[in-house]
Amino acid sequence: MAATPKSEARAGLKLISPTAIYVILLLAVPLATVLVYSVMTGGRGVVALPLTIENYARLWSQPVYGFIMFKSLMVALTVTLITVLLAYPVAYYVSFHVRPERKSLWLFLITIPFWTSYIIRVSLWFVILGYDGVLDRALISLGIMDTQLNFASYGIPAIIFVLAHAYAPFAVLPVFVSLEKVDRSLLEAGQDLGETRWRTFLRVTLPLSMPGVIAAALIVFIPTVGDYVTPRLVGDGKEPMIANFIETQLLRLQNMPQGSAFAVASMTMVGIVSIAFVLLNRRFLRGQK
Amino acid sequence: MKKAPILRGFTLAYLLFLYSPIILLPIFAFNDSRVVAFPLTGFTLNWFSEMLGDVNLRNAAKNSLIIALSVASLSTVLGIFAARASVRYSFPGKAPLMGLIMLPLVLPEMIVAMALLVVLLSLNITLSLLTVIIGQTLICTPFAVAILTSAFQSLDRSLEEAAMDLGETQWSTFRLIILPLVMPGILVSFLICFTISFDEFIIANFLGSGQPILSVYIFGQFRFPAKVPSMLALGTVLVLFSIILLGVAEYFRRRGIAKAGGKDTGGFL
Repeated sequence: MAATPKSEARAGLKLISPTAIYVILLLAVPLATVLVYSVMTGGRGVVALPLTIENYARLWSQPVYGFIMFKSLMVALTVTLITVLLAYPVAYYVSFHVRPERKSLWLFLITIPFWTSYIIRVSLWFVILGYDGVLDRALISLGIMDTQLNFASYGIPAIIFVLAHAYAPFAVLPVFVSLEKVDRSLLEAGQDLGETRWRTFLRVTLPLSMPGVIAAALIVFIPTVGDYVTPRLVGDGKEPMIANFIETQLLRLQNMPQGSAFAVASMTMVGIVSIAFVLLNRRFLRGQK
Repeated sequence: MKKAPILRGFTLAYLLFLYSPIILLPIFAFNDSRVVAFPLTGFTLNWFSEMLGDVNLRNAAKNSLIIALSVASLSTVLGIFAARASVRYSFPGKAPLMGLIMLPLVLPEMIVAMALLVVLLSLNITLSLLTVIIGQTLICTPFAVAILTSAFQSLDRSLEEAAMDLGETQWSTFRLIILPLVMPGILVSFLICFTISFDEFIIANFLGSGQPILSVYIFGQFRFPAKVPSMLALGTVLVLFSIILLGVAEYFRRRGIAKAGGKDTGGFL
C-alpha cells in the first residue's frame, strides 16, 4: 500500500476525530475553564472580572490551604511507601518462585480485590474498624480490651491504613513486570562470582527493578493524594484531604474561583512530585546502560 | 523452582490482608443477626430478601445498569477509533492527542469530576444520568484504548494488505478481517469498562445529583447500622458479579492472545 504521508495523516486524523473531539470538548475545555476561573474574582456563587491573583495569594496567606495540601501529601507518600514495601516481596515471590504457567493465576488472584467495588471495600473497613464494629467486639469478647478501640475514629492513621489496603494491588503489577525483565543469567553470574544471594539481590535485582518500583509509587501516589471517599468515611470525616476540600470550596461555599485556584495549586504540587518520581526513574534507566 | 518458605508465607499473608474485608461479606450476609460481629449466631436468608424487597435499591440498580451499559459501549467505540488510529497511522499532533485521551489515568477522579461540574453548572445544564455517562466515559476511555491498542498491535499488517490486494475496500477489510481478529479485545474492553463504571462513585455522586445510583446508594446506606446487613448481602452479590465478569474477560483475553499467536504474559493493565 503506497500511502503518501499526507493522505496517511489525513486518514489518521479522520479516524481519531470522534475520540479527539470528545476529550477536547469534555476534558480539555473543562480543565481550561478551571484554569481561567482560578484567576477571576469570586465570591459566593459569583465568577466575575477583573482577572486577579487574589485567589492564589489567599492560598499563601491563609494557612488552612497549605495545611490541607501538606497533610494530603504526607498521607499519600506514607501510603505509597507502605504499599510499595509490602508489594515488592509479593511481586518478587511471584516472579522468581512461582512456576511460569501459574504466574497469571497468582496475578489474577492479586488483582481481583482491586476490581471489586471500592465503595464496598472502604465501607467494610468502616464496619470492621468503626465504633463497636467487628474488631471492637472481637477485642472485648477476647478480653484484650475493655472499652471500644474505635480505630476508625483515629483520623490520619486510620485513613492511611484503609488507603494502603485499597491501593495495595496497584503496586504489585509494575514491580512484577520489571522483575520479569531481569535477566536470570546475571543472577547466576553474580553467584558464580562468589556473591551471596542477598548481595546479588542488592547489587543486581534491586537496581534493575527500580523502574517498576517507581512506576508503582506513581500509580499509588496519584489516586491516593486525590482520594475523596476514605477521608470522608474514615476518621469521622474530620481529616479532610485535597478532594474533600475542593468539594467544600466549590459546592458548599460556592466559591468557584477560590476552589479552582486550590485545585490548580494542588495539581501542580501532585505534578511536581510525579515529575520527581519520573526523573528518579530516568536516573535509574540511564544507570542501566 | 527454589523453595522460599518465608516469601511464600508473606505472600499468602498479603493475600489474606487483601481479601480480609471481602471474606467477611458472605460470612455476615448470611448471619442471623442485625449486629455485625463475631461470634456468628445462625444462618439466614433474611438480608437477601430484605435487599430484594428494597424499591430504592432496585431503582438504583436499574440506573447503574443503564449507565454502565452506555459507558461501556461509548468508551469501547471511542477506544476503537483512538487505538486503531494510533497503531495504524502517524499524523500530526498524535502524541498530544493521545496524551489528552489518556490523561484521566493520571488525574485524580475528583479533578475530572469537578472540572466537568464547573462547566455544566456554568452552562446551566441539569445534572442527570446522561451527565454521569458523559463523565464516566472520560474515565473509562483510557482503559479501553490501552486494551484495544494491544489488540490492534498484535494484528498482522499483511493480512490487511492481502485483503486490499484482493479487491476489498478499506471498510470491508475492517469489517471482514480486522474486526473479527480484535473481537476478543473489544469484549474485554467492554467488560472492564462496564465493571469500572458500575463501581464508580465520585462522578456518580457529583454529576448525578439526586438520582439513585448503586454506588452512591451503598455509600449512603452503610452509615445506618440497621441497613448494614442488607448492604452486606448486596455486596456479596456484587463481588460475585464482578468476579464472574472478570473471569469472562480473562477468558476472552487469553483467547485473544491465542488467536493472535502470542504468548501469555500476565493479567490486565
